[in-house]
Amino acid sequence: MFKKVLSLCLAALMIAGCLAAFASCGSKKHAVKVGFIYLHDENSTYDNNFLTAAKEACEKAGVEYVNKVNIPEGNECYEAAVELIEDGCNIIFADSFGHEDYMIQAAKEYPKVEFCHATGTKAHTENLANYHNAFASIYEGRYLAGIAAGLKLKAMIDAGTITTEQAVMGYVGAYTYAEVISGYTSFYLGAKSIVPQVTMKVTFTGSWYDEAKEREAANKLINDEHCVLISQHADSMGAPSACETARVPNVSYNGSTESAGPNTYIISSRINWAPYFEYIIGQVQKGEAIDTDWTGTIATGSVELTTPSKNAVEGTQAKIDEAKAKLQAGTLHVFDTDTFTVKGAKLTTYKADVDTDKDFTPDTEAIKDGYFHESEYRSAPYFDVQIDGITLLDVNFG
Amino acid sequence: MSEENKRQDDLPEETAPEKNAAPEAGRHAEKHHVPLIHIAKRETLPWQKAWGIRAAAILLSLVFMAVVSIVLTKENPFRLYGYIFQASFKSGSRFFRLLYETAILLAIALALLPAFRMRFWNIGAEGQVLAGAFASVLCMLFIGDKIPSFLLILVMLAAGVAAGALWALIPAVFKAKWGTNETLFTLMMNYVIICIIDASIQALFPKGTGTMGIVNGSSHAGWLPKIGNNYLLSILIIAVVTALMYAYMRYSKHGYEIQVVGESRNTARYIGINVGKVILRTMALSGAICGLTGFLLTSGYNHSVSTNTVGGRGFTAIMVCWLAKFNPVFMILTSLLICFLQRGASEIASRCQINASYGDVLTGMVLFFIIGCEFFIQYEIHFRKKERETAHD
Repeated sequence: MFKKVLSLCLAALMIAGCLAAFASCGSKKHAVKVGFIYLHDENSTYDNNFLTAAKEACEKAGVEYVNKVNIPEGNECYEAAVELIEDGCNIIFADSFGHEDYMIQAAKEYPKVEFCHATGTKAHTENLANYHNAFASIYEGRYLAGIAAGLKLKAMIDAGTITTEQAVMGYVGAYTYAEVISGYTSFYLGAKSIVPQVTMKVTFTGSWYDEAKEREAANKLINDEHCVLISQHADSMGAPSACETARVPNVSYNGSTESAGPNTYIISSRINWAPYFEYIIGQVQKGEAIDTDWTGTIATGSVELTTPSKNAVEGTQAKIDEAKAKLQAGTLHVFDTDTFTVKGAKLTTYKADVDTDKDFTPDTEAIKDGYFHESEYRSAPYFDVQIDGITLLDVNFG
Repeated sequence: MSEENKRQDDLPEETAPEKNAAPEAGRHAEKHHVPLIHIAKRETLPWQKAWGIRAAAILLSLVFMAVVSIVLTKENPFRLYGYIFQASFKSGSRFFRLLYETAILLAIALALLPAFRMRFWNIGAEGQVLAGAFASVLCMLFIGDKIPSFLLILVMLAAGVAAGALWALIPAVFKAKWGTNETLFTLMMNYVIICIIDASIQALFPKGTGTMGIVNGSSHAGWLPKIGNNYLLSILIIAVVTALMYAYMRYSKHGYEIQVVGESRNTARYIGINVGKVILRTMALSGAICGLTGFLLTSGYNHSVSTNTVGGRGFTAIMVCWLAKFNPVFMILTSLLICFLQRGASEIASRCQINASYGDVLTGMVLFFIIGCEFFIQYEIHFRKKERETAHD
């Protein structure tokens, strides 16, 4: 008898336990595990920027995550995604442009997994429910960093170190790719808003990450082209360390490089990816759809500037804050067609290549209301106009 | 003591000169001072013993790995071993990827084999594979929509093989005609093709980021058909190549000629082998197999090409060859071992969030022990004993 009662009690307990578990399941958020795919590792400023954001966002949301570093832009990316899915990840994120095709390939095969890709361009035309692009309006950050550069140049002119004609900036770019062009142009326009006579010379390395080439390129700009301030869009410490050796001021990217240039580093703009990561984790937890094309802004906390270093001119922060407020209010536009010319004339119309195709066919009118609408028709930059005042040293456009 | 034995006794003293306390005493083995450590060439070791030494080396390397890991990373070494195994055996698809990577590495090593047997140090496999891959991709790009896919695949195969062979023949011609240094020449050819590919991608995709992306992604023209999964067909093709290469080297007249040219060019000339012809023919074969591998990487795997397509496997294959002492059957094992370790290394990096280089350090340790143990298979070490006689047995 006692045994029967005991077994009945136990059975009741088990049922209650199961019900409790079910109930909690119902109210609980969907489980999330994020798999990240990076082109390089923490030695690249670009990838490090993603690595720190991934850690921050996942720890904050309390979700599991797995990193896969040094994944080339080939089938290895697809395989990395598959392995991450096998490990239980239900969000896959890749950080390099060349990963895109392989991410799409995986996305088609695994419709239940969300695929998010930074800097990509194809999500809005691919029509896959589980494939998404993301980027940030980093051109605004570059513009603000350009203001810091302009102030530095102005101080040099005022002190008599250089003449206005000698106000030549140098820029080390990776590829003649819209993201890079948009970046250096906005940087230049930021500087120009302070020193109207400034000019800039750009050289390309043909690689996202090549420390020797980037150093060499910076040295060439400093020694042969007489550039008095350098900025870069390439991911190693090459340019910042060359600037430090030559004692030439440097405006950096992807986060502070002050350690490499304690006497020359001025300021750095970067995309803070944590808000995006928090967003996608949140959407999956809630069971809601992720934007096909997500653009982070100053307002979302995606576009950030570091505090100006001791090498920056006094009052830099105030000037930046002022411009930042105007950008947010919509009274200032980075690519305002009144602030630059193309072949001596004002730009009134420009068809940008927004929808990716093999032949880079321009398809969308980007100039409206007196400014170029960057990052509005898709998140990844498409501003690729060559404006006056910027000389490209070594690249022919196709 | 016979003359034969004396010669053997002298040999180790040359290999370990620092132990050579009394050089003149060498001729009079009976009287000379017996060194504390005495290294002698072994008679051939029974295979059980040789494999016993190898197994011991692997075990030792695991212990060493554990100690270094505990000191440097404070990780539990058994967790690390677990990750290494999981990287390849956790699921069926991972196991297939291990087999595929092994097959590709093996194919490149097989390509190097005849050249190395001929003592032609072909360091240019990386470039020869790239040349094959590049030629295949060009076919996909330019005639992909003009001819049916099966025909396109054949054209790609032919183009890949031809390009690989051409890339190997250029240094071979210079070697055969003018006796140039093949090591430097083949090495240089790697950089030439890398630059050509880099420049071509930037010319074809001027507004891109130096990547080609997947070619014919929607039409799949020129894509190797799937058998079961993406890997099986490539693995089977390479298995056939392995068997053919084994037969070629072992049973064919060509294989014999390669052997003779490798042993001594003068002997080869004396017995009427046209050395220049053998060099050209062998290098063309070497390059053709590299080109075939390039085709497989393009048509069956990447569907694209970049300077990273081969990813250093052209150099790793050299190690595969040497580790296996130029035996095609052992080469299967050595390439399997290397791929297994590499996969484990990257798994450790991602699971423990340690820099990927640390995984490579671990791989290096295992290889160090495996290569090092060959010394103990080739030589035996005697420590000085009380009775002098025993030291010479």
